[in-house]
Amino acid sequence: MKRRNPWISITVWTAISFLTLFPIYWLFVISVKPAVDLFSTPELLLKSFYWDNYTEVLNNPTLRGYMLNSLIISSCNAVLVTILGFLACYALTRFELAGKESIFFWTITNRMAPPAVFLLPLFLLFTQVYRIGDFSLADTKLGMILVYCTFNLPFAIWTLRPTLDAIPRELDEAALVDGATPWKVISHIVFPLARPGIAVTLILTWVFAWNEYLLAATLTNFNARTLTTGLSEYVTTTGTAWGVMATISVFTLIPALIVFSLVQRHIVAGLTFGAVKG
Amino acid sequence: MHSKKLGWLLLSPTLLILGLFGVFPFLYVLWVSFHEWNPFAANPAKLFNWAENYRKLVFDSQFLASLGVTFAFAVFAVGSEILLGYFLAQAFLKDFPGKAFFRTIHTLPLIMAPIIVGSVWKLMATPSIGVIPYILKHTVGFDLNIGTSAVAAFTITVIMDIWHWTPLVTLTMIAALVSLPPDPFEQAQIDGAGKRQIFWHITLPMIRPALIATVFIRLMDAIRTVDEVLMLTGGGPGSATRYVGVHIYKEVFPRTNYGYGSAVSIVVLYLTIVICWLLYVGLIAPRVRKV
Repeated sequence: MKRRNPWISITVWTAISFLTLFPIYWLFVISVKPAVDLFSTPELLLKSFYWDNYTEVLNNPTLRGYMLNSLIISSCNAVLVTILGFLACYALTRFELAGKESIFFWTITNRMAPPAVFLLPLFLLFTQVYRIGDFSLADTKLGMILVYCTFNLPFAIWTLRPTLDAIPRELDEAALVDGATPWKVISHIVFPLARPGIAVTLILTWVFAWNEYLLAATLTNFNARTLTTGLSEYVTTTGTAWGVMATISVFTLIPALIVFSLVQRHIVAGLTFGAVKG
Repeated sequence: MHSKKLGWLLLSPTLLILGLFGVFPFLYVLWVSFHEWNPFAANPAKLFNWAENYRKLVFDSQFLASLGVTFAFAVFAVGSEILLGYFLAQAFLKDFPGKAFFRTIHTLPLIMAPIIVGSVWKLMATPSIGVIPYILKHTVGFDLNIGTSAVAAFTITVIMDIWHWTPLVTLTMIAALVSLPPDPFEQAQIDGAGKRQIFWHITLPMIRPALIATVFIRLMDAIRTVDEVLMLTGGGPGSATRYVGVHIYKEVFPRTNYGYGSAVSIVVLYLTIVICWLLYVGLIAPRVRKV
Protein backbone atom coordinates (compact mmCIF):
# COMPACT_ATOMS: atom_id res chain seq x y z
CA MET A 1 0.00 0.00 0.00
CA LYS A 2 1.08 3.52 -0.77
CA ARG A 3 1.72 5.92 2.06
CA ARG A 4 -0.19 9.14 1.66
CA ASN A 5 0.39 12.41 3.34
CA PRO A 6 -1.80 12.27 6.48
CA TRP A 7 -2.40 16.01 6.32
CA ILE A 8 -4.64 15.62 3.29
CA SER A 9 -6.90 13.29 5.25
CA ILE A 10 -6.87 15.56 8.26
CA THR A 11 -7.74 18.67 6.22
CA VAL A 12 -10.56 16.93 4.38
CA TRP A 13 -11.96 15.45 7.58
CA THR A 14 -11.80 18.76 9.37
CA ALA A 15 -13.86 20.33 6.61
CA ILE A 16 -16.41 17.48 6.71
CA SER A 17 -16.55 17.71 10.49
CA PHE A 18 -17.45 21.39 10.31
CA LEU A 19 -20.44 20.57 8.12
CA THR A 20 -21.43 17.67 10.37
CA LEU A 21 -21.10 19.68 13.54
CA PHE A 22 -22.80 22.85 12.41
CA PRO A 23 -26.43 21.82 13.19
CA ILE A 24 -25.28 20.48 16.55
CA TYR A 25 -23.44 23.72 17.24
CA TRP A 26 -26.59 25.59 16.28
CA LEU A 27 -28.58 23.49 18.75
CA PHE A 28 -26.17 24.66 21.43
CA VAL A 29 -26.49 28.26 20.24
CA ILE A 30 -30.28 28.03 20.57
CA SER A 31 -29.97 26.56 24.04
CA VAL A 32 -27.92 29.48 25.38
CA LYS A 33 -30.02 32.27 23.92
CA PRO A 34 -32.98 34.00 25.52
CA ALA A 35 -36.21 33.34 23.60
CA VAL A 36 -36.50 36.86 22.18
CA ASP A 37 -33.07 36.66 20.50
CA LEU A 38 -34.09 33.59 18.48
CA PHE A 39 -36.25 35.69 16.23
CA SER A 40 -33.72 38.34 15.35
CA THR A 41 -30.96 38.29 12.74
CA PRO A 42 -28.80 35.21 13.27
CA GLU A 43 -25.26 35.61 14.60
CA LEU A 44 -22.72 32.92 13.85
CA LEU A 45 -20.62 33.48 16.95
CA LEU A 46 -21.96 33.76 20.45
CA LYS A 47 -21.22 36.93 22.36
CA SER A 48 -22.99 36.09 25.58
CA PHE A 49 -24.33 33.01 27.27
CA TYR A 50 -27.71 32.71 28.85
CA TRP A 51 -27.85 29.70 31.16
CA ASP A 52 -31.45 29.89 32.42
CA ASN A 53 -32.57 27.03 30.18
CA TYR A 54 -29.90 24.84 31.72
CA THR A 55 -30.89 25.62 35.30
CA GLU A 56 -34.50 24.93 34.39
CA VAL A 57 -33.68 21.53 32.90
CA LEU A 58 -31.26 20.53 35.65
CA ASN A 59 -33.77 21.43 38.37
CA ASN A 60 -36.50 19.37 36.80
CA PRO A 61 -36.57 15.91 38.42
CA THR A 62 -39.14 14.56 35.94
CA LEU A 63 -36.72 15.01 33.07
CA ARG A 64 -34.04 13.12 34.99
CA GLY A 65 -36.51 10.24 35.33
CA TYR A 66 -37.25 10.37 31.61
CA MET A 67 -33.56 10.21 30.83
CA LEU A 68 -33.13 7.16 33.07
CA ASN A 69 -36.13 5.51 31.37
CA SER A 70 -34.66 6.21 27.95
CA LEU A 71 -31.32 4.74 28.99
CA ILE A 72 -32.86 1.58 30.44
CA ILE A 73 -35.25 1.02 27.54
CA SER A 74 -32.79 1.58 24.73
CA SER A 75 -29.92 -0.34 26.36
CA CYS A 76 -32.08 -3.36 27.22
CA ASN A 77 -33.67 -3.26 23.79
CA ALA A 78 -30.35 -3.04 21.94
CA VAL A 79 -28.86 -5.95 23.89
CA LEU A 80 -32.04 -8.02 23.50
CA VAL A 81 -32.42 -7.52 19.76
CA THR A 82 -28.72 -8.06 19.12
CA ILE A 83 -28.76 -11.39 20.95
CA LEU A 84 -32.07 -12.56 19.45
CA GLY A 85 -31.11 -11.27 16.01
CA PHE A 86 -27.75 -13.01 16.23
CA LEU A 87 -29.38 -16.33 17.18
CA ALA A 88 -32.02 -15.97 14.47
CA CYS A 89 -29.37 -15.16 11.91
CA TYR A 90 -27.29 -18.11 13.00
CA ALA A 91 -30.34 -20.34 12.50
CA LEU A 92 -31.03 -18.80 9.08
CA THR A 93 -27.46 -19.14 7.80
CA ARG A 94 -26.44 -22.53 9.26
CA PHE A 95 -29.58 -24.67 9.17
CA GLU A 96 -31.62 -26.08 6.33
CA LEU A 97 -34.96 -24.74 7.56
CA ALA A 98 -38.08 -24.82 5.42
CA GLY A 99 -38.78 -21.42 3.87
CA LYS A 100 -35.83 -19.73 5.56
CA GLU A 101 -35.31 -17.16 2.80
CA SER A 102 -38.98 -16.18 3.04
CA ILE A 103 -38.74 -15.89 6.81
CA PHE A 104 -35.65 -13.72 6.40
CA PHE A 105 -37.48 -11.39 4.03
CA TRP A 106 -40.65 -11.41 6.15
CA THR A 107 -38.78 -10.14 9.20
CA ILE A 108 -37.88 -6.90 7.42
CA THR A 109 -41.48 -6.26 6.32
CA ASN A 110 -42.19 -5.56 9.98
CA ARG A 111 -40.03 -2.46 9.66
CA MET A 112 -41.70 -1.14 6.51
CA ALA A 113 -45.08 -0.16 7.93
CA PRO A 114 -45.79 3.58 8.06
CA PRO A 115 -45.91 4.13 11.82
CA ALA A 116 -48.87 6.49 12.34
CA VAL A 117 -51.65 3.95 11.78
CA PHE A 118 -50.03 1.21 13.88
CA LEU A 119 -50.09 3.30 17.04
CA LEU A 120 -53.73 2.64 17.86
CA PRO A 121 -53.73 -1.15 17.42
CA LEU A 122 -50.61 -1.36 19.57
CA PHE A 123 -52.25 0.81 22.18
CA LEU A 124 -55.34 -1.43 22.20
CA LEU A 125 -53.20 -4.57 22.37
CA PHE A 126 -51.17 -3.14 25.21
CA THR A 127 -54.09 -1.98 27.32
CA GLN A 128 -56.62 -4.70 26.61
CA VAL A 129 -55.08 -7.87 25.24
CA TYR A 130 -51.55 -8.35 26.60
CA ARG A 131 -52.45 -8.22 30.26
CA ILE A 132 -52.41 -10.53 33.24
CA GLY A 133 -54.79 -9.38 35.97
CA ASP A 134 -53.93 -5.78 36.79
CA PHE A 135 -50.62 -5.86 34.96
CA SER A 136 -50.71 -4.60 31.40
CA LEU A 137 -47.84 -3.72 29.12
CA ALA A 138 -49.06 -0.14 28.70
CA ASP A 139 -46.76 2.46 30.26
CA THR A 140 -44.14 -0.11 31.29
CA LYS A 141 -40.49 -0.24 30.32
CA LEU A 142 -40.90 -3.92 29.46
CA GLY A 143 -43.64 -3.04 26.99
CA MET A 144 -41.46 -0.43 25.29
CA ILE A 145 -38.48 -2.80 25.17
CA LEU A 146 -40.67 -5.40 23.47
CA VAL A 147 -42.44 -3.06 21.07
CA TYR A 148 -39.15 -1.54 19.87
CA CYS A 149 -38.24 -5.05 18.71
CA THR A 150 -40.66 -4.62 15.80
CA PHE A 151 -38.31 -2.24 14.04
CA ASN A 152 -34.99 -3.16 15.69
CA LEU A 153 -35.10 -6.94 15.48
CA PRO A 154 -35.46 -7.00 11.66
CA PHE A 155 -32.71 -4.40 11.48
CA ALA A 156 -30.42 -6.55 13.63
CA ILE A 157 -31.14 -9.64 11.55
CA TRP A 158 -30.48 -7.80 8.29
CA THR A 159 -27.25 -6.13 9.38
CA LEU A 160 -25.88 -9.29 11.01
CA ARG A 161 -26.69 -11.57 8.08
CA PRO A 162 -23.81 -10.47 5.80
CA THR A 163 -21.37 -10.81 8.69
CA LEU A 164 -22.54 -14.32 9.55
CA ASP A 165 -22.62 -15.33 5.90
CA ALA A 166 -19.00 -14.28 5.58
CA ILE A 167 -17.83 -16.51 8.45
CA PRO A 168 -16.87 -19.84 6.87
CA ARG A 169 -19.04 -22.76 7.91
CA GLU A 170 -15.97 -25.00 7.92
CA LEU A 171 -15.09 -23.42 11.27
CA ASP A 172 -18.38 -24.49 12.88
CA GLU A 173 -18.22 -27.91 11.31
CA ALA A 174 -14.66 -28.52 12.45
CA ALA A 175 -15.56 -27.53 16.00
CA LEU A 176 -18.64 -29.77 15.98
CA VAL A 177 -16.57 -32.69 14.74
CA ASP A 178 -14.14 -32.03 17.57
CA GLY A 179 -17.06 -32.49 19.97
CA ALA A 180 -18.03 -28.93 20.82
CA THR A 181 -21.66 -28.30 21.72
CA PRO A 182 -23.67 -26.00 19.39
CA TRP A 183 -23.82 -23.46 22.18
CA LYS A 184 -20.00 -23.51 22.48
CA VAL A 185 -19.70 -23.01 18.72
CA ILE A 186 -21.99 -19.99 18.85
CA SER A 187 -20.43 -18.35 21.88
CA HIS A 188 -16.74 -19.18 21.35
CA ILE A 189 -16.30 -19.22 17.58
CA VAL A 190 -19.01 -17.36 15.66
CA PHE A 191 -19.73 -14.61 18.18
CA PRO A 192 -16.11 -13.37 18.52
CA LEU A 193 -15.59 -13.47 14.76
CA ALA A 194 -18.73 -11.40 14.15
CA ARG A 195 -17.56 -8.63 16.49
CA PRO A 196 -17.48 -5.69 14.03
CA GLY A 197 -21.00 -6.48 12.80
CA ILE A 198 -22.28 -6.96 16.33
CA ALA A 199 -20.79 -3.66 17.49
CA VAL A 200 -22.43 -1.78 14.63
CA THR A 201 -25.75 -3.53 15.28
CA LEU A 202 -25.62 -2.67 18.98
CA ILE A 203 -24.87 0.98 18.27
CA LEU A 204 -27.52 1.46 15.64
CA THR A 205 -30.33 -0.42 17.39
CA TRP A 206 -29.53 1.57 20.53
CA VAL A 207 -29.78 4.76 18.53
CA PHE A 208 -33.10 3.81 16.93
CA ALA A 209 -34.60 2.97 20.33
CA TRP A 210 -33.14 6.08 21.98
CA ASN A 211 -34.56 8.35 19.27
CA GLU A 212 -37.99 6.78 18.85
CA TYR A 213 -40.83 9.20 19.43
CA LEU A 214 -44.27 8.26 18.07
CA LEU A 215 -44.60 4.91 19.84
CA ALA A 216 -43.28 6.25 23.12
CA ALA A 217 -45.68 9.19 22.95
CA THR A 218 -48.65 6.86 22.44
CA LEU A 219 -47.86 3.94 24.71
CA THR A 220 -46.52 5.69 27.81
CA ASN A 221 -48.00 8.13 30.29
CA PHE A 222 -45.63 8.52 33.16
CA ASN A 223 -43.76 5.43 34.35
CA ALA A 224 -41.97 4.63 31.11
CA ARG A 225 -41.95 8.05 29.46
CA THR A 226 -38.80 8.69 27.48
CA LEU A 227 -36.74 11.78 26.86
CA THR A 228 -38.00 12.33 23.32
CA THR A 229 -41.57 12.52 24.62
CA GLY A 230 -40.34 14.88 27.33
CA LEU A 231 -39.12 17.13 24.52
CA SER A 232 -42.52 17.28 22.91
CA GLU A 233 -44.04 18.55 26.15
CA TYR A 234 -42.38 21.86 25.34
CA VAL A 235 -44.15 22.10 22.00
CA THR A 236 -47.52 23.50 23.00
CA THR A 237 -50.40 25.28 21.36
CA THR A 238 -49.22 28.59 22.78
CA GLY A 239 -45.81 28.21 21.20
CA THR A 240 -42.67 26.15 21.38
CA ALA A 241 -40.13 26.65 24.15
CA TRP A 242 -37.24 26.33 21.70
CA GLY A 243 -34.57 27.15 24.27
CA VAL A 244 -35.62 24.47 26.75
CA MET A 245 -36.15 22.02 23.94
CA ALA A 246 -32.64 22.64 22.61
CA THR A 247 -31.21 22.34 26.11
CA ILE A 248 -32.85 18.94 26.65
CA SER A 249 -31.53 17.92 23.23
CA VAL A 250 -28.02 18.86 24.28
CA PHE A 251 -28.44 16.66 27.35
CA THR A 252 -29.68 13.74 25.27
CA LEU A 253 -26.39 13.84 23.36
CA ILE A 254 -24.26 13.11 26.44
CA PRO A 255 -25.36 9.54 27.29
CA ALA A 256 -25.56 8.71 23.61
CA LEU A 257 -21.99 9.89 23.14
CA ILE A 258 -20.79 7.73 26.06
CA VAL A 259 -22.51 4.61 24.71
CA PHE A 260 -21.11 5.32 21.27
CA SER A 261 -17.52 5.65 22.39
CA LEU A 262 -17.82 2.48 24.49
CA VAL A 263 -19.01 0.34 21.60
CA GLN A 264 -17.34 1.98 18.62
CA ARG A 265 -13.83 0.77 19.30
CA HIS A 266 -15.02 -2.79 18.72
CA ILE A 267 -15.52 -2.07 15.03
CA VAL A 268 -12.02 -3.21 14.21
CA ALA A 269 -10.47 -5.19 11.45
CA GLY A 270 -8.15 -8.09 11.36
CA LEU A 271 -9.73 -10.80 13.47
CA THR A 272 -11.99 -12.55 11.07
CA PHE A 273 -10.18 -14.53 8.49
CA GLY A 274 -6.86 -15.36 10.05
CA ALA A 275 -8.32 -18.66 11.16
CA VAL A 276 -8.88 -20.13 7.69
CA LYS A 277 -6.00 -18.70 5.71
CA GLY A 278 -4.12 -20.95 3.36
CA MET B 1 -24.84 -31.07 10.68
CA HIS B 2 -27.06 -29.29 13.23
CA SER B 3 -30.49 -30.64 14.03
CA LYS B 4 -33.38 -28.70 12.56
CA LYS B 5 -35.09 -28.59 15.93
CA LEU B 6 -32.27 -26.44 17.30
CA GLY B 7 -32.61 -24.07 14.33
CA TRP B 8 -36.30 -23.49 15.00
CA LEU B 9 -35.54 -23.09 18.69
CA LEU B 10 -33.03 -20.32 17.94
CA LEU B 11 -35.52 -18.65 15.63
CA SER B 12 -38.57 -18.97 17.88
CA PRO B 13 -38.12 -15.88 20.13
CA THR B 14 -37.85 -13.69 17.02
CA LEU B 15 -40.93 -15.23 15.44
CA LEU B 16 -42.88 -14.91 18.69
CA ILE B 17 -42.04 -11.23 19.29
CA LEU B 18 -42.56 -10.16 15.69
CA GLY B 19 -45.83 -12.11 15.63
CA LEU B 20 -47.18 -10.50 18.80
CA PHE B 21 -46.11 -6.93 18.04
CA GLY B 22 -45.90 -6.93 14.26
CA VAL B 23 -48.43 -9.32 12.75
CA PHE B 24 -51.34 -8.74 15.15
CA PRO B 25 -51.38 -4.96 14.70
CA PHE B 26 -51.02 -5.47 10.97
CA LEU B 27 -54.10 -7.73 10.86
CA TYR B 28 -56.02 -5.17 12.89
CA VAL B 29 -55.06 -2.36 10.50
CA LEU B 30 -56.02 -4.55 7.56
CA TRP B 31 -59.44 -5.16 9.12
CA VAL B 32 -59.96 -1.47 9.91
CA SER B 33 -59.03 -0.52 6.35
CA PHE B 34 -62.37 -1.97 5.19
CA HIS B 35 -64.32 0.29 7.53
CA GLU B 36 -65.22 3.89 7.93
CA TRP B 37 -64.04 4.81 11.38
CA ASN B 38 -63.43 7.89 13.43
CA PRO B 39 -62.47 6.66 16.90
CA PHE B 40 -62.74 10.17 18.35
CA ALA B 41 -66.25 10.94 17.08
CA ALA B 42 -69.41 10.96 19.17
CA ASN B 43 -70.33 7.67 17.55
CA PRO B 44 -67.07 5.73 17.34
CA ALA B 45 -68.56 2.64 15.68
CA LYS B 46 -66.76 1.04 12.75
CA LEU B 47 -68.94 1.00 9.67
CA PHE B 48 -68.08 -1.70 7.19
CA ASN B 49 -67.86 -0.11 3.76
CA TRP B 50 -66.33 -2.82 1.59
CA ALA B 51 -63.38 -1.51 -0.38
CA GLU B 52 -64.60 2.09 -0.43
CA ASN B 53 -61.36 3.33 1.21
CA TYR B 54 -59.30 1.64 -1.48
CA ARG B 55 -61.52 3.02 -4.26
CA LYS B 56 -61.10 6.48 -2.74
CA LEU B 57 -57.32 6.36 -2.59
CA VAL B 58 -56.92 5.42 -6.22
CA PHE B 59 -58.61 8.72 -7.11
CA ASP B 60 -57.06 10.73 -4.26
CA SER B 61 -54.83 13.18 -6.11
CA GLN B 62 -53.17 14.27 -2.87
CA PHE B 63 -52.16 10.69 -2.12
CA LEU B 64 -50.88 10.06 -5.64
CA ALA B 65 -48.88 13.30 -5.53
CA SER B 66 -47.44 12.30 -2.18
CA LEU B 67 -46.35 8.95 -3.62
CA GLY B 68 -44.49 10.85 -6.34
CA VAL B 69 -42.62 13.20 -4.01
CA THR B 70 -41.85 10.34 -1.64
CA PHE B 71 -40.28 8.43 -4.47
CA ALA B 72 -38.18 11.45 -5.52
CA PHE B 73 -37.19 12.06 -1.91
CA ALA B 74 -36.17 8.45 -1.34
CA VAL B 75 -34.13 8.26 -4.54
CA PHE B 76 -32.24 11.53 -4.00
CA ALA B 77 -31.66 11.05 -0.29
CA VAL B 78 -30.80 7.35 -0.23
CA GLY B 79 -28.72 7.54 -3.42
CA SER B 80 -26.56 10.33 -2.03
CA GLU B 81 -26.27 8.66 1.37
CA ILE B 82 -25.06 5.39 -0.12
CA LEU B 83 -22.43 7.07 -2.33
CA LEU B 84 -21.21 9.44 0.37
CA GLY B 85 -21.32 6.79 3.08
CA TYR B 86 -19.32 4.34 1.00
CA PHE B 87 -16.57 6.86 0.21
CA LEU B 88 -16.36 8.01 3.80
CA ALA B 89 -16.12 4.39 4.97
CA GLN B 90 -13.29 3.81 2.48
CA ALA B 91 -11.56 6.90 3.79
CA PHE B 92 -11.82 5.59 7.34
CA LEU B 93 -10.01 2.39 6.38
CA LYS B 94 -6.79 4.33 5.95
CA ASP B 95 -4.80 5.17 9.02
CA PHE B 96 -4.36 8.81 9.83
CA PRO B 97 -3.90 10.72 13.07
CA GLY B 98 -7.15 11.50 14.85
CA LYS B 99 -9.13 8.84 12.99
CA ALA B 100 -11.18 7.75 16.02
CA PHE B 101 -11.94 11.38 16.84
CA PHE B 102 -13.19 12.18 13.34
CA ARG B 103 -15.20 8.97 13.23
CA THR B 104 -16.96 9.89 16.46
CA ILE B 105 -17.78 13.35 15.11
CA HIS B 106 -19.05 11.85 11.91
CA THR B 107 -21.48 9.57 13.78
CA LEU B 108 -22.88 12.36 15.99
CA PRO B 109 -25.92 13.19 13.80
CA LEU B 110 -27.18 9.64 14.36
CA ILE B 111 -27.61 10.17 18.06
CA MET B 112 -30.05 13.02 17.54
CA ALA B 113 -33.73 12.12 17.63
CA PRO B 114 -35.65 12.88 14.42
CA ILE B 115 -37.85 15.41 16.19
CA ILE B 116 -34.73 17.24 17.43
CA VAL B 117 -33.20 17.15 13.96
CA GLY B 118 -36.43 18.48 12.49
CA SER B 119 -36.58 21.32 15.04
CA VAL B 120 -32.97 22.39 14.59
CA TRP B 121 -33.22 22.39 10.81
CA LYS B 122 -36.46 24.29 11.03
CA LEU B 123 -34.79 27.00 13.11
CA MET B 124 -31.82 27.02 10.74
CA ALA B 125 -33.90 27.20 7.57
CA THR B 126 -36.84 29.44 8.46
CA PRO B 127 -36.71 32.59 6.31
CA SER B 128 -35.54 35.83 7.98
CA ILE B 129 -34.49 34.18 11.27
CA GLY B 130 -32.67 31.09 10.03
CA VAL B 131 -28.93 30.93 9.56
CA ILE B 132 -28.99 29.07 6.25
CA PRO B 133 -31.00 31.69 4.29
CA TYR B 134 -28.89 34.35 6.00
CA ILE B 135 -25.59 32.83 4.87
CA LEU B 136 -26.86 32.12 1.35
CA LYS B 137 -28.10 35.66 0.96
CA HIS B 138 -24.87 37.27 2.12
CA THR B 139 -22.49 35.01 0.22
CA VAL B 140 -24.10 34.11 -3.09
CA GLY B 141 -27.13 36.40 -2.99
CA PHE B 142 -29.59 33.52 -3.20
CA ASP B 143 -32.95 33.94 -1.52
CA LEU B 144 -33.90 30.66 0.10
CA ASN B 145 -37.48 30.53 1.27
CA ILE B 146 -38.78 27.14 2.35
CA GLY B 147 -42.16 28.70 3.14
CA THR B 148 -42.95 29.55 -0.48
CA SER B 149 -40.61 27.58 -2.73
CA ALA B 150 -41.49 23.92 -3.21
CA VAL B 151 -38.04 23.15 -4.61
CA ALA B 152 -36.31 24.81 -1.66
CA ALA B 153 -38.41 22.90 0.88
CA PHE B 154 -37.84 19.61 -0.92
CA THR B 155 -34.09 20.22 -1.15
CA ILE B 156 -33.80 21.10 2.53
CA THR B 157 -35.58 17.90 3.58
CA VAL B 158 -33.25 15.89 1.35
CA ILE B 159 -30.15 17.62 2.75
CA MET B 160 -31.41 17.11 6.29
CA ASP B 161 -31.92 13.42 5.61
CA ILE B 162 -28.46 13.10 4.10
CA TRP B 163 -26.92 14.91 7.05
CA HIS B 164 -28.78 12.70 9.51
CA TRP B 165 -28.42 9.26 7.94
CA THR B 166 -25.16 9.13 5.96
CA PRO B 167 -23.30 8.05 9.15
CA LEU B 168 -25.49 4.93 9.30
CA VAL B 169 -24.29 3.94 5.85
CA THR B 170 -20.71 4.74 6.80
CA LEU B 171 -20.89 2.52 9.88
CA THR B 172 -22.44 -0.47 8.13
CA MET B 173 -19.98 -0.09 5.26
CA ILE B 174 -17.02 0.07 7.66
CA ALA B 175 -18.26 -3.14 9.31
CA ALA B 176 -18.58 -4.78 5.89
CA LEU B 177 -15.21 -3.60 4.61
CA VAL B 178 -13.20 -4.55 7.69
CA SER B 179 -14.52 -8.11 7.57
CA LEU B 180 -13.31 -8.69 4.01
CA PRO B 181 -10.54 -11.24 3.71
CA PRO B 182 -7.24 -9.68 2.54
CA ASP B 183 -6.20 -12.54 0.25
CA PRO B 184 -8.17 -11.71 -2.93
CA PHE B 185 -6.96 -8.11 -2.76
CA GLU B 186 -3.33 -9.12 -2.38
CA GLN B 187 -3.70 -11.60 -5.20
CA ALA B 188 -5.29 -9.00 -7.48
CA GLN B 189 -2.51 -6.53 -6.77
CA ILE B 190 0.10 -9.15 -7.55
CA ASP B 191 -1.73 -9.82 -10.81
CA GLY B 192 -1.55 -6.11 -11.59
CA ALA B 193 -5.21 -5.18 -11.33
CA GLY B 194 -6.05 -1.47 -11.25
CA LYS B 195 -8.00 0.28 -8.54
CA ARG B 196 -11.17 0.38 -10.62
CA GLN B 197 -10.94 -3.29 -11.55
CA ILE B 198 -10.44 -4.26 -7.92
CA PHE B 199 -13.50 -2.23 -6.97
CA TRP B 200 -15.82 -3.70 -9.62
CA HIS B 201 -14.63 -7.29 -9.54
CA ILE B 202 -13.66 -7.86 -5.93
CA THR B 203 -14.87 -5.23 -3.47
CA LEU B 204 -18.34 -4.69 -4.88
CA PRO B 205 -19.36 -8.35 -5.22
CA MET B 206 -18.01 -9.09 -1.74
CA ILE B 207 -19.82 -6.25 0.03
CA ARG B 208 -22.96 -6.63 -2.07
CA PRO B 209 -25.08 -8.33 0.64
CA ALA B 210 -24.21 -5.67 3.21
CA LEU B 211 -24.68 -2.90 0.66
CA ILE B 212 -28.13 -4.11 -0.38
CA ALA B 213 -29.18 -4.61 3.23
CA THR B 214 -28.19 -0.99 3.91
CA VAL B 215 -30.02 0.29 0.83
CA PHE B 216 -33.14 -1.59 1.98
CA ILE B 217 -33.06 -0.21 5.48
CA ARG B 218 -32.50 3.34 4.31
CA LEU B 219 -35.09 3.05 1.54
CA MET B 220 -37.87 1.82 3.79
CA ASP B 221 -37.00 4.32 6.52
CA ALA B 222 -37.03 7.15 3.97
CA ILE B 223 -40.44 6.04 2.69
CA ARG B 224 -41.98 5.98 6.16
CA THR B 225 -40.28 9.09 7.51
CA VAL B 226 -42.60 11.29 9.60
CA ASP B 227 -41.25 13.22 12.58
CA GLU B 228 -38.36 15.03 10.92
CA VAL B 229 -40.27 16.34 7.94
CA LEU B 230 -43.39 17.12 9.95
CA MET B 231 -41.26 19.26 12.26
CA LEU B 232 -39.28 20.97 9.50
CA THR B 233 -41.89 21.83 6.89
CA GLY B 234 -45.16 20.35 8.13
CA GLY B 235 -45.50 18.82 4.66
CA GLY B 236 -45.59 22.20 2.92
CA PRO B 237 -45.50 24.49 1.12
CA GLY B 238 -48.69 23.15 -0.42
CA SER B 239 -47.94 19.46 -0.55
CA ALA B 240 -44.34 19.74 -1.76
CA THR B 241 -42.93 17.70 1.12
CA ARG B 242 -46.05 15.78 2.06
CA TYR B 243 -44.35 12.39 1.95
CA VAL B 244 -46.58 9.35 2.44
CA GLY B 245 -45.67 8.99 6.12
CA VAL B 246 -46.65 12.63 6.67
CA HIS B 247 -49.77 12.18 4.53
CA ILE B 248 -50.96 9.23 6.62
CA TYR B 249 -50.14 11.04 9.85
CA LYS B 250 -52.25 13.98 8.74
CA GLU B 251 -55.16 11.78 7.69
CA VAL B 252 -55.13 9.91 10.97
CA PHE B 253 -54.45 12.62 13.55
CA PRO B 254 -55.73 16.02 12.55
CA ARG B 255 -58.48 14.60 10.33
CA THR B 256 -59.16 11.43 12.37
CA ASN B 257 -59.90 9.56 9.19
CA TYR B 258 -58.81 6.26 10.62
CA GLY B 259 -60.26 3.78 8.17
CA TYR B 260 -58.91 5.68 5.19
CA GLY B 261 -55.50 6.15 6.83
CA SER B 262 -55.37 2.38 7.39
CA ALA B 263 -56.12 1.68 3.75
CA VAL B 264 -53.38 4.09 2.63
CA SER B 265 -50.94 2.44 5.05
CA ILE B 266 -51.74 -1.00 3.70
CA VAL B 267 -51.15 0.18 0.13
CA VAL B 268 -47.89 1.92 1.03
CA LEU B 269 -46.73 -1.14 2.94
CA TYR B 270 -47.64 -3.32 -0.02
CA LEU B 271 -45.75 -1.07 -2.47
CA THR B 272 -42.68 -1.00 -0.19
CA ILE B 273 -42.72 -4.78 0.09
CA VAL B 274 -43.03 -5.19 -3.69
CA ILE B 275 -40.16 -2.77 -4.42
CA CYS B 276 -37.91 -4.42 -1.85
CA TRP B 277 -38.89 -7.93 -2.90
CA LEU B 278 -38.00 -7.19 -6.53
CA LEU B 279 -34.66 -5.73 -5.46
CA TYR B 280 -34.08 -8.69 -3.19
CA VAL B 281 -34.89 -11.35 -5.75
CA GLY B 282 -32.93 -9.55 -8.44
CA LEU B 283 -29.86 -8.62 -6.46
CA ILE B 284 -29.24 -10.75 -3.40
CA ALA B 285 -31.02 -14.05 -3.49
CA PRO B 286 -29.29 -15.71 -6.47
CA ARG B 287 -25.83 -14.90 -5.11
CA VAL B 288 -26.65 -16.08 -1.63
CA ARG B 289 -27.91 -19.41 -2.90
CA LYS B 290 -24.78 -19.99 -4.93
CA VAL B 291 -22.57 -19.64 -1.85
